[in-house]
Amino acid sequence: MNLSQDELAILSGSRGSGAARAMEILSALGRIGGAEDMVDVCSVQVSGVSYRNIGPHGLAFLQEWAGQGSKAVVPAYMNPGGADRRLWQTLGLPAEFVDKQERVIKALSKLGIKPTLTCTPYHAAPRPKFGDHLAWSESSAVCYANSVIGARTNREGGPSAIAAALTGRTPRHTLHTDAGRLPTTVVEVGCPAPTASDAGALGYLVGQLLAHDPRGGIPFIRGVEPPEDSSREAWLKALGAAMAASGSVGLFHLEGVTPEAAASGPELQKAAGRKVKVDSLEGAKRGLFSAKGRPSLVAFGCPHASLDELKRLDELLKGRKAVVPVWVFTSEAVRKKAEKSGLAGRLSSLGAALIADTCIVVAPLADMGITNVVTDSAKAAFYLPSHQGVGVCFESQEAAVEAAVAGGQLCASKAPQAASSGGGAS
Amino acid sequence: MTVKGRLIAKGTATGPLLKSEAPMGFFGHLDPETGVYREAGHPLDGKCVRGAVLAFPRAKGSTVGSYILYALRQTGNAPAAMVLRECDTITAVGAIIGKIPAVDQVDISRLKEGSEVTVADGDVTEA
Repeated sequence: MNLSQDELAILSGSRGSGAARAMEILSALGRIGGAEDMVDVCSVQVSGVSYRNIGPHGLAFLQEWAGQGSKAVVPAYMNPGGADRRLWQTLGLPAEFVDKQERVIKALSKLGIKPTLTCTPYHAAPRPKFGDHLAWSESSAVCYANSVIGARTNREGGPSAIAAALTGRTPRHTLHTDAGRLPTTVVEVGCPAPTASDAGALGYLVGQLLAHDPRGGIPFIRGVEPPEDSSREAWLKALGAAMAASGSVGLFHLEGVTPEAAASGPELQKAAGRKVKVDSLEGAKRGLFSAKGRPSLVAFGCPHASLDELKRLDELLKGRKAVVPVWVFTSEAVRKKAEKSGLAGRLSSLGAALIADTCIVVAPLADMGITNVVTDSAKAAFYLPSHQGVGVCFESQEAAVEAAVAGGQLCASKAPQAASSGGGAS
Repeated sequence: MTVKGRLIAKGTATGPLLKSEAPMGFFGHLDPETGVYREAGHPLDGKCVRGAVLAFPRAKGSTVGSYILYALRQTGNAPAAMVLRECDTITAVGAIIGKIPAVDQVDISRLKEGSEVTVADGDVTEA
């Protein structure tokens, strides 16, 4: 791998020992990834923020690195942690855990990484542009940036993303190159997917179908389109998040929609080695259903909800009060906007709480006595049973809102599979 | 006998070879407090990695495994060096942050368990 004069200087300590360590990590990862050189990155998103995930050793390492004095040289953002920094007491989180979480945030802040604490930096910070090179970490953010925006990023780990932040560089390989962005499989969709949760179910299925493609699956999807209204972005976000979860997909092309497919769809399709068909989403929806009893929580915002998604929730509630608690996970940046406009207050009065800085997959649901939830997120439905032992009733946003308002009819449409929800399919 | 591998993490170290033909999962299996690897059915189950030149094909499992290699350095239980067939990102990051000399693209089947091995900036020498 060829390092520039500047990169060699960083490696030998011209910008301090923290940046030298960063360059050592990047050059090793570049050799492994087959990179010829490095590229400048426009922004960085750092995962491995949740103390629940990285533990005491991860914290000790971040503190040591922060102590070496190097700072981010490009805009860099944190992925969600394990606690809402404002509402942790209300949510019943132990103070000791929150203290550890704050130490992680402090160490990362010292490294110059901003505490956005979100998996949707494209809602909470300036949106990247087509062709920008990035070093992002969180799987749904990576998939969104590559696919919907047409920016270029591999899926970074926590330390490699920090290394990119401290140097402004990342090794140029895989999704940073034209060849690495060619599709592996054409996915022909022969059934409608009008809602964002349908898109999630489709993404879950596509991820499964491509999980064993060599060099990581990249689908070229045909036959389905996102809605034209304000739910368009949520639809695209749900599609990518689900396939990133079930199949580690970092990029999808959608015919006529995503920028690279719109510009050169026919050439891209020719590169794909095989073709698969999707004729129904029913099997995927059943696969995402794991509720074993009556859900006690309705959860939205995986990935973090945008302001448009909050407005849509408000529209669907139509002033009715939820009788089952509703949690909407979002970024602090979006929550602040919603508070300013009065939207957050109205949602709260209807029983929908906005939770920021954390994520449904890492929030301590079991400690709070929550064993079954309703959600419209295929990504959450994929992770909650294995990560948290929580059962999921996977529904559209519309049905999930109705479930929250009606209470007794939670999971009614899936009653035969939900042991204690009372039976009687509607 | 000296073979040239691909440098992953710089440094020189010598130790007895501890070999696994199966991938290693650091997180959840390798205890930083003792240096002992525990995974039922794994060739290294119950073995201590401290001071050994650890030869294995690649890592498996959680990316948090990088921090386990860092923790082993802090507790004094780190292996002397690591020799891999095809290095993965978990091991590469862990080797660098844990300051454990590492090299890959080495045919580990030719290295003998227990023999004294030196890893020096990408070269692997078996006594």
